[in-house]
Amino acid sequence: MKRTLQYLAIAAIAGYLAACSFYSAEWPSIKEEKDRKKAPEFVLKDANGQDVKLSDYRGKVVLLNFWATWCGPCEVEIPWFIDFQREYKDRDFAVLGLSLDDDGWTSVRPFLAREKLNYRVMVTSEEVDQLYGGVNSLPTTFVLDREGRVATSHVGLISKNTYRQEILTLLGSPKNENPPVSSNRPPDLLRADLFRPGR
Amino acid sequence: MPLSLQEGYHVNSNTPSDEYLIPLQLTWSKGVLEPAGVVYPKPRLEKYQFSPDKPLSVFSGNFELLAKFTVPASAPAGPAAMTGKLRYQACNNTMCLAPKNMDVAIQLDIVK
Repeated sequence: MKRTLQYLAIAAIAGYLAACSFYSAEWPSIKEEKDRKKAPEFVLKDANGQDVKLSDYRGKVVLLNFWATWCGPCEVEIPWFIDFQREYKDRDFAVLGLSLDDDGWTSVRPFLAREKLNYRVMVTSEEVDQLYGGVNSLPTTFVLDREGRVATSHVGLISKNTYRQEILTLLGSPKNENPPVSSNRPPDLLRADLFRPGR
Repeated sequence: MPLSLQEGYHVNSNTPSDEYLIPLQLTWSKGVLEPAGVVYPKPRLEKYQFSPDKPLSVFSGNFELLAKFTVPASAPAGPAAMTGKLRYQACNNTMCLAPKNMDVAIQLDIVK
């Protein structure tokens, strides 16, 4: 009986640890204010040719999403971001999309029309990518606080509710306004070279 | 040309499922041989976390490309090389990597 209880205790602890590691990539992960760094400034043109200057968004919570038309996981997130833009734009919130498409507006403009994006999208530059740590995996998303600091970032597809919770927290809403529910797995580690030499 | 992709990753096939997806493409620079087409393997139709309803046409794991050439009559006998580019764009279940162009080269011996 005693041994059985020991096994049960070990199993319970193992289960708890597994659950912690499972949720660590999913649960909102907003940095302490003291640990947040200023998001690098950029000025890029949007689809209408208007300058978009990040610092003009000071005072708003900004979801800054690096994406591309060829990125399947990005395509999953875009409708979420359309929803967020619609739901929270009047609460000092904005989504900004930065496309990494090599051919720029040639691919991006028809995509915007097809997907009916309601937020501003720019074609990024190598310089801006480097400022944000050399973005080469998509989607990569930064959520900025009202002071223009990076409160959290994510590489890879996570859940809509994780983003929602982070946005609401930064907007100053009660934490349980929309609790996250997710079954997504954390992104795999990046590998520099995918192709191995021939067999 | 044998290729081996890291576990968990896939590349779009040469005939992707969506016009926005970047196909795997092997192209050759001008050289001593005349390219006569590339034979790609039969792609797999796979569903992913980001595309649970629409299967994608992909290659994964180990696969081979067969490059065909013709030898022009003017080609000199002896050792030669052909160089080219393999363009690919890879993803795993949750993220995608930027498209890449990988240099490829083959060494051959022209016998007359």
